[in-house]
Amino acid sequence: MPTVNVGRDRLYEALQQHYSEEEFDELCFDFGIELDDVTTEKAIIRKEKHLQEDTLEDEEIIYKIEVPANRYDLLCLEGLARALRIFTGKQGSPTFSLSSSAIQKMYVQPETALIRPYVVCAILRGITFNQARYNSFIDLQDRLHQNLCRKRTLVAIGTHDLGTLEGPFTYEALPPSEIKFVPLKQRMEFTAEELMDFYKSDLKLKKYLHIIESSPVFPVLYDSKRTVLSLPPIINGAHSAITLQTKDVLIECTATDLTKAKIVLNTLVTMFSEYCEKKFEVEPVEVISSDGNATIYPDLHVRSLEVDLAYINGYIGVSLQSKQVIDLLNRMQLPSEATIGSNGKSKIKALIPPTRSDVLHPCDVVEDVAIAYGYNNILKTLPRSLTQGKQQPLNHFSDLLRSEIAMAGFTEVLTWILGSEAENFWLLNRKHKEHTGVIVGNPRGSDFERVRASLLPGLLKTMGHNKDSPRPVKLFEVSDVVLLDNTKDVGAANERHLAALYCNTTSGFEVIHGLVDRIMEVVGISNAAVGDTKGYYIAPSNEPEFFKGRQANIILNGSCIGSFGIIHPQVLANFDILDPCSVVELNIEPFL
Amino acid sequence: MVALSDKEVTKAQHVEEVILSHLQTHEEIVNSGEFAKANGLEHDLLLSVVQSLHGFNYVEAQDIKKEAWVLTEEGNSYATLGSPEVQVYKAIPLEGISREDLQKKLDVSVFKIGFAKAMGNKWLETKPLVSRKVSNVEDQVQQQLVHIRNGQDLAAADIDALKKRKLIIPLIWKGYSIRKGTSYAPKRTKAATDLTREVLQRGTWKDLVFKDYNYNALGQPTEGGHLHPLLKVRAQFREIFLEMGFEEMPTNNFIESSFWNFDALFQPQQHPARDSHDTFFLQVPEKAQFLPEDYLQRVKEIHEHGGYGSIGYGYNWKREDAEKNVLRTHTTAVSSRMLYKLAQDGFTPKRYFSIDRVFRNEAVDRTHLAEFHQIEGVVCDRGLTLGDLIGVLNEFFSRLGIRKLRFKPAYNPYTEPSMEIFSYHDTLKKWVEVGNSGMFRPEMLLPMGLPEDVSVIAWGLSLERPTMILYGIDNIRDLFGHKVDLKLIKSNPICRLGMR
Repeated sequence: MPTVNVGRDRLYEALQQHYSEEEFDELCFDFGIELDDVTTEKAIIRKEKHLQEDTLEDEEIIYKIEVPANRYDLLCLEGLARALRIFTGKQGSPTFSLSSSAIQKMYVQPETALIRPYVVCAILRGITFNQARYNSFIDLQDRLHQNLCRKRTLVAIGTHDLGTLEGPFTYEALPPSEIKFVPLKQRMEFTAEELMDFYKSDLKLKKYLHIIESSPVFPVLYDSKRTVLSLPPIINGAHSAITLQTKDVLIECTATDLTKAKIVLNTLVTMFSEYCEKKFEVEPVEVISSDGNATIYPDLHVRSLEVDLAYINGYIGVSLQSKQVIDLLNRMQLPSEATIGSNGKSKIKALIPPTRSDVLHPCDVVEDVAIAYGYNNILKTLPRSLTQGKQQPLNHFSDLLRSEIAMAGFTEVLTWILGSEAENFWLLNRKHKEHTGVIVGNPRGSDFERVRASLLPGLLKTMGHNKDSPRPVKLFEVSDVVLLDNTKDVGAANERHLAALYCNTTSGFEVIHGLVDRIMEVVGISNAAVGDTKGYYIAPSNEPEFFKGRQANIILNGSCIGSFGIIHPQVLANFDILDPCSVVELNIEPFL
Repeated sequence: MVALSDKEVTKAQHVEEVILSHLQTHEEIVNSGEFAKANGLEHDLLLSVVQSLHGFNYVEAQDIKKEAWVLTEEGNSYATLGSPEVQVYKAIPLEGISREDLQKKLDVSVFKIGFAKAMGNKWLETKPLVSRKVSNVEDQVQQQLVHIRNGQDLAAADIDALKKRKLIIPLIWKGYSIRKGTSYAPKRTKAATDLTREVLQRGTWKDLVFKDYNYNALGQPTEGGHLHPLLKVRAQFREIFLEMGFEEMPTNNFIESSFWNFDALFQPQQHPARDSHDTFFLQVPEKAQFLPEDYLQRVKEIHEHGGYGSIGYGYNWKREDAEKNVLRTHTTAVSSRMLYKLAQDGFTPKRYFSIDRVFRNEAVDRTHLAEFHQIEGVVCDRGLTLGDLIGVLNEFFSRLGIRKLRFKPAYNPYTEPSMEIFSYHDTLKKWVEVGNSGMFRPEMLLPMGLPEDVSVIAWGLSLERPTMILYGIDNIRDLFGHKVDLKLIKSNPICRLGMR
């Protein structure tokens, strides 16, 4: 979940109320956000730099607040405070409007389709910034870039001082060598080609270079005088940088995903039009695509969603009247009215403002009713249908077998399914080509390279880490391994295995052999003569992880289901085990 | 204690008799060491006999500690053969001898040490031949060493000199002073330690005195195997679900396609959980080979354009992303398969549960591993309400002994409403999160083909967290994985979750 840092005092000022920390925590809980941490600006910096100093008393208190990942309208103080003011009944939902007509135009060139096809724009006229508002404006863009914009891959935001530019604007895609401008925070002119090199050492920007780096053309926005607005998704031009004195802000969002670009634009204008001369009014921009179609942005239309009252009540398990539901939805920024459907049923018509892109379906309206009603005020009930408890036979059987093996004196271990390539192969004296297992594509480290095809490495690693355990050590595990399997949709299948290990000053080969006999006894399979197709017998084997002449395959009804033997001294050394060990591993699914 | 051989037993009985009979006529044995010497007894044996007699209160023994000196191996040899300097002196014939010849007559170390010492003592001349400078020498070192061997005292300066030459080392001498004890008797009646077969058969148990049992000591550790604590807790959770009428889902498929793990759950393809930072993708087998085509089309449609009353996410849904295999990030992937199957087989009310392994490509620390166990409960029925979810959660958690619950609104891509479950922690004196829950979105259920009035409520929690709290473990790696101490597995109480 994204976290938003807001100054406590500014927040309380915006909420028009002072809360104790506990009271605010409660308010957050009810609304579905979380006061994650209380800190100070300097403490955050100290933490980043791993410094340990005492807190100074006059530092501004910062609240770190976790907000739901689909509520982009809560990613800044303006939106958070607005939502809580509305939730606590201190104000109604704002109405956003577009000033009558689009003055500015943005022309999209066809080449942009090669790299970043969409652009949407809007203008905030007569905005009044101060340092706090300016910081919040920048922070919101950062948070949107990180979350919804998926690190600028889907959408990139550029904001400009419109007073320094002259429309109409163009959105183009050009070879990097042909783009030349002074980027933000620089004094010198760079070509886009040079910039890509220059930013390779920039900690903040280098992670965005890959988005366009390999493209023959880079996206770029110009005004009518060929001033570069920005080179999305990397950097804005220095020329049009906004300052505290900026009055008119042009916002452009370039994107590979139009839906998200519209949400990003709406979020910015609905939050910061609060500071415009005409509060909550936005000046639209006409975007003319390469085929000549013109679209007005931002799209601030209010969507109406009709929901049956019975649906709402039935979903939550309450019996609310229309008026109560409307009051509750008003507190959630979903202004609503009561209507009667064609079938004569009571309906609630909820008006979804452009800030609430999270509302996809009537069930989202239901949730807001439930939140405003209070989850903890809902009457507890129990589902009435009778159902039968039932276990998976494989799990049930595994549990019975586990108890039997524990009763035979073995101690259960629980090891990881992921492991290194080494421990699955050469540490076991095995060669790669014998491999039939699953390979992880993006392991974080060598411990996560392979999905185990055998329980053996886990047991041996456990033994290696428990050298001081009193002898004999007797371990077992009943768990799944994964093998490639072409009959399954995903191409792999689990197999339930049993493995046991004996370690002592002597090998204990006969102890493990005895365990094999005992397992067969408890599953009711009798010993058979070599070659029989009914019952079980053991036959000499030749596995590299075992000692020659002290190993055997376990044959059940004519098929090999596993093997046991003395672990090869080289394997013991590989796993840092000092005493001889004997091990059995077998597939238990044939017993079912 | 080491068992005594028969011969040793006889010797011990002799020592015991000597001590007890001496005390019959004497008030005290002042020093066990001197007593042993006077009576020709081994002192070590005497000590163990006294300990035993003391234990049965025949005698009362008090510790005496004394620092004494004993000879080192080198010192011992000099006490017998004479000091090296004297050995060298004596090896020199009156007419003198060449250094080489002298060396040949003596042990290497004796020559080396003795020659230097004798020179230092100005006993020798070296030119032209090695010869005696004084006519007579006295071997004081040997005499001193013999004194020490006999337990006699020496002047402090002499002790120092011998110590410096590493001929003697200090030894803490332990002994006892011994008096009659409260149960003194001139002859010991042997106390029996156990009721044995022999004692039973001979019938001697009637006359035997039994040694007091040490009730403060622990008994002998039991033999036998042990089940893993995490799986003991799993067993209790399974029982709770079974008692509540839940049917176990087949979760033995760690490899899952992104389709079932994410797309079927209406989790958009750009969702951060689908990043390689959070999810393990596979190199082999890289992709799912087949997906349910009809259903896949409905899933694609709901993501891209919505339907069933939803506007959808409005993006280009890619089949390649859905085909990518992953190590399942939650068992809800199995729930989605089960619900789809239920829709195909014809709906009947169901309660499902599972407890199994899930995988996250996240940094590992004290509380997070790349793999852990997810506990999941699912109820599907017609007309279920949020109130039913709250009711079921209260029932489930009260069986775990958690009775104070409250619910916080939350966000999850496939549930709406979504609720985080908090319980009041009596020790921490605050509300802590114990799980997540919600009602599956219609955008997930309706494309599966479930009837419109069917709702599905679900909740999940990890198995590790409650287990760590239950057994007081604060590092997850002490509980799960190959670095676990076997002692931990062997010594933990039974899990009583679910007992009422």
